[in-house]
Amino acid sequence: MSVARLPTGGQVGRDRTLRFSFDGKSYEGLQGDTLASALLANGVHLVGRSFKYHRPRGIMTAGPEEPSALVTVRRDAARSTPNLRATQVELYDGLCAVSQNRWPSLRFDLGRLTELFSPLLPAGFYYKTFMWPRTAWHQLYEPLIRRMAGLGEAPLLPDPDRYAQQHAHCEVLVVGAGPAGLAAALAASRSGARVILCDERPRFGGSLLCDDRSRIDGLAATEWVTAAIAELAQNPRVRLLPRTTAFGYFPHNHLGLSERITDHLAEPPAGLARERLWQVRAQQVVLATGSIEQPLVFPGNDRPGVMLAGAALRYLKEQAVMPGRRVVIVTICDSAYRVAFEMQAAGARVAAIIDLRPDPSPAQPDGWQQRLRQAGIAVETAARVLRTRGRGHVSAVEIGRLDAAGLPTGQRSIDCDLLLVAGGFVPSVHLFSQSRGKLRYDEALQTYLPGDSAESERSAGACRGLLSGLAAALQDGAAAGAAAANASGCAGEEPRFEIIEDSTAATAGRLPRAEAAVSGPKAFVDFQHDVMLKDLDLAMREGFRSIEHIKRYTTTGMATDQGKTSNVNALHHAARGLGKPVPSVGLTTFRMPYTPITFASFAGQARGEIFDPVRRTPMHGWAVRQGAVFEDVGMWKRARFFPRSGEDMHAAVARECRAVREGCGVFDASTLGKIVVAGPGATAFMDRFYVNDWSKLAVGRCKYGVLLRDDGFVYDDGVVARLAEDRFHVTTTTGGAARVLAMMEDYRQTEWTDLDVWLTSTTEQWAVIAVQGPRARELLAPLVDGLDISAAALPHMAVVHGTLRGMPMMLFRVSFTGELGFEVNVPSDQGAAALDAICEAGKALGLTPYGTETMHVLRAEKGFIIIGQDTDGTVTPDDVGLTWAIGKAKPDFVGKRALARPAMHAPDRKQLVGLLTRDPRVVLEEGAQVVDVPGQAPPMKLIGHVTSSYASATLGRSIALAVVAGGRARIGQTLHVPMPGGEIPVEVCAPVFYDPKGARLNV
Amino acid sequence: MSDTASSGIGMGTTLAPAWLQRVTPAARFVLQGGPSALAAAARALGIPDADAPGRCSGEGTTLTLIWLGPDERLLIAWLEDAASLGARLEAALAGQAHSLVDVTQRQVGLRLAAAFAADLLNCGCPLDLDPARFPVGSGTRTLFNKTDIVLWRRGVDDFHIEVWRSFEDYLVRWMAEAAQDFAPQR
Repeated sequence: MSVARLPTGGQVGRDRTLRFSFDGKSYEGLQGDTLASALLANGVHLVGRSFKYHRPRGIMTAGPEEPSALVTVRRDAARSTPNLRATQVELYDGLCAVSQNRWPSLRFDLGRLTELFSPLLPAGFYYKTFMWPRTAWHQLYEPLIRRMAGLGEAPLLPDPDRYAQQHAHCEVLVVGAGPAGLAAALAASRSGARVILCDERPRFGGSLLCDDRSRIDGLAATEWVTAAIAELAQNPRVRLLPRTTAFGYFPHNHLGLSERITDHLAEPPAGLARERLWQVRAQQVVLATGSIEQPLVFPGNDRPGVMLAGAALRYLKEQAVMPGRRVVIVTICDSAYRVAFEMQAAGARVAAIIDLRPDPSPAQPDGWQQRLRQAGIAVETAARVLRTRGRGHVSAVEIGRLDAAGLPTGQRSIDCDLLLVAGGFVPSVHLFSQSRGKLRYDEALQTYLPGDSAESERSAGACRGLLSGLAAALQDGAAAGAAAANASGCAGEEPRFEIIEDSTAATAGRLPRAEAAVSGPKAFVDFQHDVMLKDLDLAMREGFRSIEHIKRYTTTGMATDQGKTSNVNALHHAARGLGKPVPSVGLTTFRMPYTPITFASFAGQARGEIFDPVRRTPMHGWAVRQGAVFEDVGMWKRARFFPRSGEDMHAAVARECRAVREGCGVFDASTLGKIVVAGPGATAFMDRFYVNDWSKLAVGRCKYGVLLRDDGFVYDDGVVARLAEDRFHVTTTTGGAARVLAMMEDYRQTEWTDLDVWLTSTTEQWAVIAVQGPRARELLAPLVDGLDISAAALPHMAVVHGTLRGMPMMLFRVSFTGELGFEVNVPSDQGAAALDAICEAGKALGLTPYGTETMHVLRAEKGFIIIGQDTDGTVTPDDVGLTWAIGKAKPDFVGKRALARPAMHAPDRKQLVGLLTRDPRVVLEEGAQVVDVPGQAPPMKLIGHVTSSYASATLGRSIALAVVAGGRARIGQTLHVPMPGGEIPVEVCAPVFYDPKGARLNV
Repeated sequence: MSDTASSGIGMGTTLAPAWLQRVTPAARFVLQGGPSALAAAARALGIPDADAPGRCSGEGTTLTLIWLGPDERLLIAWLEDAASLGARLEAALAGQAHSLVDVTQRQVGLRLAAAFAADLLNCGCPLDLDPARFPVGSGTRTLFNKTDIVLWRRGVDDFHIEVWRSFEDYLVRWMAEAAQDFAPQR
């Protein structure tokens, strides 16, 4: 049996021992242990080094508030979790834990040297030091600080575990399964309401788990818990979530819960998610989050062996671990007395209770004094712990009283191996505060309590200040549960419980919190961030008045524990130091998450292949078979080019370009956005939405449409076909499909409710096969079942319905290449078959598949812009030469008023031009800047930039599009593109490099 | 990547679990218009209009009409083809302001039938799917993680999902992944 484990008692499984290791050394524990209780059972108190001074630290608490006992738990190289609170890590067979923030070992840590310099490292030292010389920051200070800072190390391998996410709804969500929470869940569930009950601990019961003296409804407290859980578990409308932390309270009763599913298992089943992130939308929330015992501030209060009194009670009652044999208890309230009785009864020697209060006994229950005498427990009243002694572990405390001047008198030393600290319980109002509920300061309890709610929420039990007694908490929970059920429309009734309370149960008594702190060296307020009382004093001396500023200056309360054991002490010390009442010093904000949550949990399943949808066209398989190299365009996979053996992209694109210019090419254009605009108001809608005039567009004809935002800048473009008087087939850019439809709906639903017009996305209804090149008609004519597609019957920018080998088809005569071109639209299911038919027919004509890269080159040769490449949201139609598209006679369209602003016509606006490098082999870099005066020293006067740049196989030279200030007036001039290798001279030209008259289109 | 990807996931590959099956109706239309047009369409179809959020109609017929918005319905025809149904509806709607668009192949249908169906949907869909809140016969447009879906409840544990075809792969992969927590040996 381990040194500190009692032979009987507790709620641990004793039939089997669990082996675990800490810093490489093997130990044994029991089922039901936490890592902390198992270490204590083995007499291990030193478990970590502090953040700043590397001071030895032990286990101070038994719960999520633990500031010091942070460890890394390693399953393997990829499954290593740093900064876990040993008090929350459930023990399993084979658990491997290591301490943090020490080198080379926990016992001998060189980082401890920093403490020698602690006088040089006061609060806010990083605001004052490391400032000079300026250059030293990057080379010296920052790398050094980064090496020293931080706690555990994150694993470098990808996380191999699964993480799940789940939405859930309920009438009543109960957070916390202590007495109040269990009672609330019982009351709410009996009404028929859907109830979710969650608790961060593996077992429900909260404080009842360490209460073996109270009785509820004739049952021992733990038996009553078992019965309550059994009742809840058999109710199909109740969901019980142990090991689940409610970490965030979001608007409209939307709460985030983090469920830990496998971390406690020695061998997690393959495939089971490690954690599940619940998003619960609850009609009503009952917060039964309990309270957190506070430490006291005195010199040496961080020494291993100093522990919260309530934590020791839990270790004793839940895991049958006696964390010390000779115990001194220091307290400012009555809760410590129960711990003293229980420790003594379990065989420890309680050497003394050091009670800060001058005369605590009158308010205490009858019989306590007698019990104290019988047990031989001396009570030192009006006394304090002045400091602790011990190497690595507490071995004695020096106690005494403070005289009127605050100087110690009557000091004496008491030997001990455990110093229990009872600084009073503080309601856990984190979630209430996150819900935007208003906190109010309670003078009697000297702490903040929930005030007015902002959400449909109520607090019950200790978290709303009912700190004295089981009956009050249980009955309060029952009332809250019933009220929550009623508020959600279910008929809740408040159950009554027969309760016999433990006569030593913790009661608060008077709480002289403000006077409790004892100054001196190493009197810690924030244990995790190593903030001492003197740091707070310094901040106040330097003029900080608000707790928000003191917090930021000293970093108190800013560690991963969010000040669960430090904020209250810091607040009271600041109030005292500033001579103000506590409420006027302010209160720091409680933020989510309540305890740290893994990033993986937030990511959930959204990683790898299902991080984002990957959209593929109906002809994707064809492109794969053709050896396409794909690129991502939004969520789409688009074929970029089709290399043949030995070809790089440049060679493939050159070949594809030549094929389209000289013969014919085929291209999958299915990703283009398609929207049907239909209804009697369709023409008016189009006239108001696009810059173009649609009224004169004949049925069966197409037009290039330009869309502006209301600020007058080009937003999207695309060919629009008029299918009927009241029906348009609008195409958008691939990336713009969703946002154009959303913008259309916005105007339709909010601005132009006078129009009878409706919008439907048909992007995915149609597979689109572009057949482009001088031989395109020759290729298609035999396939279209007798349809006349001659130049006379189907001129450029026309559309016709027909069939392609019997498949229904919309055939557009359009071109984004500058060549004779068609876009075959067939229903998506038939896309692959239609493409096969076209390719088969194209064999004799040398039909060549081409990708987006070739499409880009071909359109650039023609000076056709690409939205988002040649435009950047600051470009007017005139800037890119599209003034011709604007319907001048129209009374209005989106962006028309903005275009009338003088700035939109300034002569020095950046305008789209072509650039030809003097050396035709030089291909400019897209994004390169353009200057007009060569040889400038930086900063140069930049007058524009390259937007598109390619090697044109057709032209046998490079071409580029650019936006240049006053560009059209500069045509013929020589400008310069400064690059790392020197300036590249370029000649400005019109942005159409090939067939400027469009002779090749109209054939 | 095999060419089964040409139709999204390629149902029938090993990824497609038994509880999630492609179901292919004969035709789909998005019908939009004012109340009288929608009423006229419903008369022509011989079923009541699905005239409130979450409502479906057509039970017991070969048609399913789902409310998508105050002036928008999704019509699924299980037997009648798009050409015939479209012509019939256009005739009935002649003279009425409306929009009728064939979306038969824009999207695909998936039938999710499993005891864990609602919980699985709730892995990515934030709706309250309690049978009291989203009863059998309800239908709505909603989200499953990053994709739009139309969800129609055919039975307590039996859902029909409509999703745009290129998002099917994402949806099916997501559900297969998430289902491990409900049916580890699928």
